Amino acid sequence: MRYLTDRKRAVGKGSAHSGAEHHWYMIVSSVALAFMVPTFLYIFGNALGSGYDAALATFQRPFPAILTGLVLVVGLQHFHKGARVMIEDYTQGSTRKLLIMLVIGLSYALTAAGLFALAKIAL
Amino acid sequence: MADENRIQRPLSPFMIGPYYRPQLTSMSSILTRITGNALIVATFAMVWWLLALAAGPEAFATAEWWITSWVGNLVMLLSLWGMWYHYLAGLRHLAFDAGKALDIPTAEKLGWACIYGSVVLTVLTVLLFWI
Repeated sequence: MRYLTDRKRAVGKGSAHSGAEHHWYMIVSSVALAFMVPTFLYIFGNALGSGYDAALATFQRPFPAILTGLVLVVGLQHFHKGARVMIEDYTQGSTRKLLIMLVIGLSYALTAAGLFALAKIAL
Repeated sequence: MADENRIQRPLSPFMIGPYYRPQLTSMSSILTRITGNALIVATFAMVWWLLALAAGPEAFATAEWWITSWVGNLVMLLSLWGMWYHYLAGLRHLAFDAGKALDIPTAEKLGWACIYGSVVLTVLTVLLFWI
């Protein structure tokens, strides 16, 4: 019997040498999102269509603002890593590289825009 | 440079196409990918809504009008279902990652659980917010 974990046996294998880290990140972020998303959905669903003042009051409170920020950051990291696997499955060469760049850029742009909005609302 | 006389190695055929019969396991898997990636549309709408909320009442009215129009409602409803499907399929994926539920009868049962469960959760969410 070898005293190695399954993860240790997988680290560094494969052409990218970073697949184990990628897979582990997807597990961590999915568990985090599994806890956060239903609560976020409840807050966002109530705020949507409640009118300007009520929506503003909701996202000025610390819990909804922090939770929304976390869902955006973790959700979009989870998205770009997942979308990247899809791109790598179906495309090759320069198309693949450009699409990966696009999806990473898009994720960070949406995260930054969302966090800016939350900061402006809360402060 | 790449060798022109490369050996023609057999390629593994893609799961969707003429080589494999559509199966619940493969279909529920590809649906996880489709729903997960499609959620970027709802994320765009949500970030736009937040930016509009930060910008002021006029921008907010425009964003809210679009998001709660019939097109917006349709997109939100589909995204809601996609979110719940991706949620349940993600939980199933966590079980698979832990080496559990990998036998075919259990995997197929969980596939149906994702499909029916996502519809039930979508209906419950709609009842909670829209009625």
